[in-house]
Amino acid sequence: MKKGYFGKYGGRFVPETLMPALMELEKAYLESKKDRAFQKELIHLQKTYIGRPTSLYFAKRLTEHLGGAKIYLKREDLAHTGAHKINNAIGQALLAKKIGKKRLIAETGAGQHGVATATGAALIGLDCDVYMGTDDMKRQALNVFRMRLLGARVIEVSIGSRTLKDAINEALRDWTTNVNTTHYVLGTVFGPHPFPSMVRDFQSVIGKEARKQIMQAEKRLPDYLVACVGGGSNAMGLFHEFLGDNIKMIGVEAGGKGIDTGEHAARFAGGSVGVFQGCKTYLLQDDNGNVLGTHSVSAGLDYASIGPEHPFLRDLGKVQYTYATDDEALAAFELLSKTEGIIPALESAHAVAEAVKLAPKLSGDKLIIVNLSGRGDKDVQHVAAIKGISL
Amino acid sequence: MNKIEKTFNKLKALNKKAFIPYIMAGDPSVERTKELVLVLEECGADIIELGVPFTDPLADGPTIQRAAERALKAGVTLKDVLALVSDLRTKTRVPLVLMTYYNPVFKYGEDRFVKDAKDAGVDGVIIPDLPPDEAGGLIKTAKKAGLATIFLLAPTSTQDRIKKVAVASRGFIYYVSMTGITGSQILLDGSIEKSINNIRRITDKPVAVGFGISTAEQARAISGISDGVIVGSAIVRKIHEAPEGLKDFILKLREAVR
Repeated sequence: MKKGYFGKYGGRFVPETLMPALMELEKAYLESKKDRAFQKELIHLQKTYIGRPTSLYFAKRLTEHLGGAKIYLKREDLAHTGAHKINNAIGQALLAKKIGKKRLIAETGAGQHGVATATGAALIGLDCDVYMGTDDMKRQALNVFRMRLLGARVIEVSIGSRTLKDAINEALRDWTTNVNTTHYVLGTVFGPHPFPSMVRDFQSVIGKEARKQIMQAEKRLPDYLVACVGGGSNAMGLFHEFLGDNIKMIGVEAGGKGIDTGEHAARFAGGSVGVFQGCKTYLLQDDNGNVLGTHSVSAGLDYASIGPEHPFLRDLGKVQYTYATDDEALAAFELLSKTEGIIPALESAHAVAEAVKLAPKLSGDKLIIVNLSGRGDKDVQHVAAIKGISL
Repeated sequence: MNKIEKTFNKLKALNKKAFIPYIMAGDPSVERTKELVLVLEECGADIIELGVPFTDPLADGPTIQRAAERALKAGVTLKDVLALVSDLRTKTRVPLVLMTYYNPVFKYGEDRFVKDAKDAGVDGVIIPDLPPDEAGGLIKTAKKAGLATIFLLAPTSTQDRIKKVAVASRGFIYYVSMTGITGSQILLDGSIEKSINNIRRITDKPVAVGFGISTAEQARAISGISDGVIVGSAIVRKIHEAPEGLKDFILKLREAVR
């Protein structure tokens, strides 16, 4: 396989200005994998700062309510800052320090990655600027304030569709301008090589823990893994450790208002192969190669493209991809809150929605692990507004 | 020999430098772009760059982003730009270079793009998000068809990158004056000259400089140290905001590049 590629997907499609920085980053990342002191520091922070391992929780009441397979939740919502994003942000912040960068930048959709990067910057003592679309700043106002509290500057992106993809464009423009002093903490398994592999590796701690935990709880591996897929980092983090096993894996994209309406972010159901923001992968685009607008109730899944390793795994038949609509995700959001006392992030609610469909079709001896990638506090105001309730 | 190479050879023999203006095709309409190309040629442009509108122009600053948005709003696609060039070829022989992002080309199909571009009368192509590392197929097909592949170098480029880009480039090498996006502030502190001299030690292909050149003064300074001067955002802005002063502005730039 060509370097930086997953089959025919991936690569490094960026302006020349960034090529040397990506090569430097690749080298540092490969070195860090073998660097004992680096790994020791990372593991120490995972344990004492992020709060790992996160628990694998048997959702007894949800399981009983659905009446089928046993559902376990991998509780990334319990990680520091409330989502899996911190696993990657801390890893990259350490790497940035190692290569001598003084400033971190990041894009954010739901705000979770922005918060995680701002947290990493505060922890290591680096400057931090976060790009966020105007529309996302509105629906995730709480996270905007959290980032500011953490000492980061939130830069509003009011051009284009004013969501995640435009925040990534702006972050790439900033990086192109300030590449000598700045590291771009890309928040998902996307973009130019080495980001898709590097972010996956930082997130793979999720699957490694889940494997041990399910063996302890059930003395066997699960039958299904379910995770939501925006860029796809929490899914890749859970799936990667199990790719060698015969386990059914399901990635859940944002079905928005339904595929027929065109208002969704289901790249596999509605997209085709393209080259976007640094890599070759699936993309929602028109016949002329222009990128289409997307819609999802969840800002973190509201994105026109998907990390390049996902279509590779799909082609291999290792992972199946489906979608949950806004309505299904909102129903799952409430169901999990009421049956388990866990308010999931709207992103993660898409994965829960798939479990809601899947579990009743399976017998009670089957095991499903759902990656509960984040907590829903940030979405409470937004959901209230959807329900017509003013807080 | 490609028309772009011929142009640089001719200029070199006369000890002159290339003036390369950029405009966004379809901003605000295809008809207007046709007129503008002829105006630019009449004002003495040696080569003209035509931007292909794209939704996510990550190497461009706000001026060119907005121009792309206007062109997209007018429904202008890569196919339309090729038809535009084809139509222009009944009126002018000035070398035309497309500046496009990679996805429209990828979606169109690389081989089909090279053939249709060549047939339409396009002389070269610049794809800012396609480094030579990812352009193996395109370089080959374009070379066979006689379409120049112009790659970029930047202040961050290492010796290895310069060698790679120099080998892959035909027509000229596009030196990006700064770490940044189009339309940013240029800094004339001697570092550009140093970089160009460094590139010249590795290759004898012509080097044109772009990004951030917005005044005749800057154009004069850059023409003194390079083989060509590319002006984009400043012209795009003039076309949009003060078209009555466009011809004067172009003539001043032309006069400065020598």
